[in-house]
Amino acid sequence: MSVLIYANTANGKIHKSAFEAVAYGSKIAADLGTNATAIVIGACSDAESLGEFGATKILHANDSKFNDFDPSIYTQVVVKGAEAEGADVIIFSHDFSGKSIAPRVAAKLDAGLVSGAVDYPSTANGFTVKKAVFSGKAFANITINTDKKVISLLPNSVDKSAKGGSASVETFSPEVGAATVKVKEVIKESADLPLTEAEKVVSAGRGLKGPENWGMIEDLAKELGAATACSRPVADMDWRPHHEHVGQTGVAIRPNLYIAVGISGAIQHLAGVNQSKTIVVINNDPEAPFFKSANYGIVGDAFEVIPKLVEAAKAFNASNH
Amino acid sequence: MKILVCISKAPDTTAKIAFTDNNTAFDTNGVQFIVNPYDEWYALVRGLELKEQNGGSVTVVNVGLAENEPIIRKALAIGADEAVRINVNPTDALQTAKEIVAFAKAEGFDMVLLGKETIDYNGSQLGGMIAELMDMPYVSLASKLEMEGTTATIHRDIQGGTEVVEVTAPFVISAAKGMAEARIPNMRGIMAARTKPLKVVEGSGANASTTIANYELPPAKGECHYIDADNAAELIELLHNEAKVI
Ligand SMILES: Cc1cc2nc3c(=O)[nH]c(=O)nc-3n(C[C@H](O)[C@H](O)[C@H](O)COP(=O)(O)OP(=O)(O)OC[C@H]3O[C@@H](n4cnc5c(N)ncnc54)[C@H](O)[C@@H]3O)c2cc1C
Ligand SMILES: Nc1ncnc2c1ncn2[C@@H]1O[C@H](COP(=O)(O)O)[C@@H](O)[C@H]1O
Repeated sequence: MSVLIYANTANGKIHKSAFEAVAYGSKIAADLGTNATAIVIGACSDAESLGEFGATKILHANDSKFNDFDPSIYTQVVVKGAEAEGADVIIFSHDFSGKSIAPRVAAKLDAGLVSGAVDYPSTANGFTVKKAVFSGKAFANITINTDKKVISLLPNSVDKSAKGGSASVETFSPEVGAATVKVKEVIKESADLPLTEAEKVVSAGRGLKGPENWGMIEDLAKELGAATACSRPVADMDWRPHHEHVGQTGVAIRPNLYIAVGISGAIQHLAGVNQSKTIVVINNDPEAPFFKSANYGIVGDAFEVIPKLVEAAKAFNASNH
Repeated sequence: MKILVCISKAPDTTAKIAFTDNNTAFDTNGVQFIVNPYDEWYALVRGLELKEQNGGSVTVVNVGLAENEPIIRKALAIGADEAVRINVNPTDALQTAKEIVAFAKAEGFDMVLLGKETIDYNGSQLGGMIAELMDMPYVSLASKLEMEGTTATIHRDIQGGTEVVEVTAPFVISAAKGMAEARIPNMRGIMAARTKPLKVVEGSGANASTTIANYELPPAKGECHYIDADNAAELIELLHNEAKVI
């Protein structure tokens, strides 16, 4: 018995969400009294760093034939890794990589899958994992009844700090079938951190009146080290790029800090952001529904409030906190 | 081009989320059900567009009980040619996948299209499972799909960008925003839907591998702490000292 964690990469390095998945899987392994092995597929220059997050062994399938992200091939590699390690619990991040491979691995192993887990499994009564459902409006505790168990972890859910420690990296060269997906091109949308992984987000809605007014939002985001987001109508009117659209039909995020400026707080918007740890709402209408979900609220005109916040954030940064 | 679109039933996006039976069941009292938005707006409509360009047919499949027939008729009204309902009330995605595969295996579909996730369970599971069980390529979170003969060019969302990939039919795709523009059924479509075939098949007896122990609502938010607009700067201090998020 052991725990296997798939650690995804981006641009030849371990991706941020993978560190959290490894920390999560290592804690589960410790609770089960076993070891955690991480598996890395494709070129990666810092695989050994996963040791600091609790993995005691790292399998690196580093053949160049693994450089394209082909879910069918990656599934075979993970399944062979699980066989080699005798793993009963397999962990993924619930990001694009986990969404592509975890269900395939679960089907291949005929294993129960909980996707989008937000907490450690409870083993008091079976093996039960908590996940977000109804677009963040509730949670479900799901019991996995099969011997083999697959979990994909919603990023930003558990402690992801490095604990120290080291791991041996072993080259892993499983036999796999022919490629099924040919990657032709990768189009970068922004060099910055993707929205789903940002810990702070400044978001604005139709209350800003037009795309020309986003300068102050970007300034505030820059001072706070935050990513920018927007409500759906703002993306629909092309005031902002589509990948910034958060909510039920856009991306779902759960940063530590979500600042909503000139957004009314419609239920479909809330569905994508209401799991944020701290919510700040800035709106000139004291009746805006968003205030009901807010931790902090400022009733006021964004065009007056935001410049003040930018100044305050500048002063805060300068004071070397 | 023979296209299969998997459609699911979901509570309307404004539905109140509450639970009954000791928090083990979703309270459907007063809840309006719709076709899961990703299935209807993106997977189904793109399937119809591809059929209109290349000929062929669009079949919709749903694993569920007779109460799902209104949403299946809606998919027919939007333009699907025929529908299949697999008469099982599924417990999880793996069971649903096995039932769909048991039906689809012998049908020779060129592609299986799904939504990126259901808005109730938020699983993002079924597409990958069907692909694995049918041994087909799977491209998740696709925002664009073009066909040239049997070759598909697909845009898929990855972290911080888009990947352009090529796969050969048959394949499985989960559809995200950008794939198509939602269509509203017209009167003719609604009339035609009444007479289109809706076949009911019995399940193959596949088992679920997970069960829902119970549901929880998130802890209630405390009162909102209001800050005077004239003292907006105070917010920055509070975020640092109290909320500890900056
Ligand atoms: C099926 C479905 C799915 C949807 N999915 C999404 C989704 O994923 N994401 C999403 O965001 N929406 C979604 N919507 C739309 C949603 O219902 C709302 O229409 C939308 O969120 C409103 O956007 P908004 O708050 O920016 O605009 P509005 O509702 O127009 O609100 C603007 C707000 O700005 C305030 N304001 C105006 N001027 C100022 C000022 N000077 N200073 C400060 N505040 C000001 C106003 O008081 C108001 O509260 C969906 C709708 C449906 C039906
Ligand atoms: N009961 C069902 N019958 C048919 N298709 C379904 C069913 N449940 C989910 N789907 C499809 O699978 C997709 C992903 O569902 P899920 O994996 O549950 O998030 C949905 O968007 C639908 O296209």
